[in-house]
Amino acid sequence: MPVDIDIAKVARLARLALDDEELERYRQQCEVVLEHAARVQALPTDGVPPTSHPLPRTNAFRDDVVTECLDREEVLSQAPERDGDYFLVPRILDEA
Amino acid sequence: MMAYEPVIGIETHVELTTASKMFCGCPVDFGAPPNTNVCPVCLGLPGALPVVNGTAVEYAMTIGLALNCDIAAHSVFARKNYFYPDMPKNYQISQFDEPLCVDGHLDIDTGDGPVPVGITRVHMEEDTGKSTHIGEGGRIHAATHSLIDFNRAGVPLMEIVSEPDIRSAEQARAFVTELREVVLRLGVSDAKLEEGSMRFDGNISLRPEGTEAFGTKVEIKNMNSIRSLQRALNHEIERQTALLEAGEAVVQETRHWNEETGTTSGMRSKEESFDYRYFPEPDLVPVAVDDEWRERVTARLPELPAQAYGRYLDMGLDGPVAAVISRDVEYGSVFEAAVAAGGTPQMVANWLTGEVTALLRRTESTLAESAINGTALAELSSMVADGTLSASAAKDVLAGVAAGEGTPDEVAASRDLIQVSDSAALEPIVDEVLAANAEAVEKLRAGDGKVVGFLIGQVMRATGGKADPGAVSEIIRSRAG
Repeated sequence: MPVDIDIAKVARLARLALDDEELERYRQQCEVVLEHAARVQALPTDGVPPTSHPLPRTNAFRDDVVTECLDREEVLSQAPERDGDYFLVPRILDEA
Repeated sequence: MMAYEPVIGIETHVELTTASKMFCGCPVDFGAPPNTNVCPVCLGLPGALPVVNGTAVEYAMTIGLALNCDIAAHSVFARKNYFYPDMPKNYQISQFDEPLCVDGHLDIDTGDGPVPVGITRVHMEEDTGKSTHIGEGGRIHAATHSLIDFNRAGVPLMEIVSEPDIRSAEQARAFVTELREVVLRLGVSDAKLEEGSMRFDGNISLRPEGTEAFGTKVEIKNMNSIRSLQRALNHEIERQTALLEAGEAVVQETRHWNEETGTTSGMRSKEESFDYRYFPEPDLVPVAVDDEWRERVTARLPELPAQAYGRYLDMGLDGPVAAVISRDVEYGSVFEAAVAAGGTPQMVANWLTGEVTALLRRTESTLAESAINGTALAELSSMVADGTLSASAAKDVLAGVAAGEGTPDEVAASRDLIQVSDSAALEPIVDEVLAANAEAVEKLRAGDGKVVGFLIGQVMRATGGKADPGAVSEIIRSRAG
């Protein structure tokens, strides 16, 4: 079952910088996945509720109780850049 | 010239006041030192697994039920994928095609009778971190870099989406005001606009009056108050009207409200930025709500503003006064307390919406900040009713009570404002006034009743406003008869 995939768009959305050889390799891999999905989609599923999860479980909740947080110094030490008690990130919008 | 009708829908985000975050045990605590309320889950560290806060789900149900929504028997979390520095996982856990609450309505009234505004859905998600933009004016466009505080990341956030049923900026104001009151009444959010625990975006298009098809819509963001929502919508109505009248097309886009200039401007968004690639959140199982759970939450719903309004009318309050008191939690609770303390409903209500409101405006404070409570208000209104205080003295007493000087009784005594109705005390003063105003007394004897007011005024002046005008009037008439 042939599928059409814009692998460059998928890479862009995932912020992946891929060269032509990689694009082609991942396109082929994604194609296999999508072909499988297309086969599943072709099955008669009238009256079958959509399966969002394979586990036969619902309502896995926790109580609204506060637990311990991480140490700020330990957290910020993992950041590429920091400014005082904050994470520092490059400017967000390109356009002025 | 063609008249255009605005078609407006509003998306509201409300942070819940649970103790802990939506998917982890970090505290929900506005104003905590930056990056202290964080853990592997809300920082999106690899391998960390979210677990749903059951109380947040119940709060969400509460909102849905209060907005007359159907609660879905089966609802699912989904990943909304996009990149933004304040969102550590690079996806937001939200709900997409199976939200918790759907198909409700909230009635608003701007004076022309109730108008139902449809509620498309109420769904659960998590808030993002908070960015501070460093650079000229703190604006994102001019920033050199930004600082991120992840304390807010993962705070339970409800998205409430209205149908495009709103037809004016005034109706939009009424809608968000009513919605805020509902949320406050439910006690599930502090809904503070200035702190961002309640925020809204507007969708607005115009269409020729009398037609059905929607025009091209624009989304407006960055409105930090109900007033700025109203201003932004009115500005957008003007802008789109001008475009349409000039034969130009409205461009579908997101526009940014600028509070200083009072205008909106386009936010150029990058291509594909709205391709969120939603899919079911694999780390969280569905939420199932059975009848028993739904009924248990329904039974715990507090009285809502619309219900309080009806009850106040039944207590005999005037419509406008009932509307004001039923739509303000603070007023409502002081009113209830005053009535419970023996106050006459209409009198207490008049005090609240009249002199108390004026005093709070003058002193730029809120009812909660002032020392006015229900017991004081009941006492004050009964002191006026039984003649202990004149209407004008009562205003002074109220100011004293509000400033924390004591109970109305104490303030009236310490400020020497108790009304004098005792004729033995008043007669000598009246006689003095009559003796000093022989001409007026002549007129009165000649049948000119208009001078009574003048004479009462003189007595009031002589007593420093403490004389009971009714008692004074009686003495004057008996003396002149």
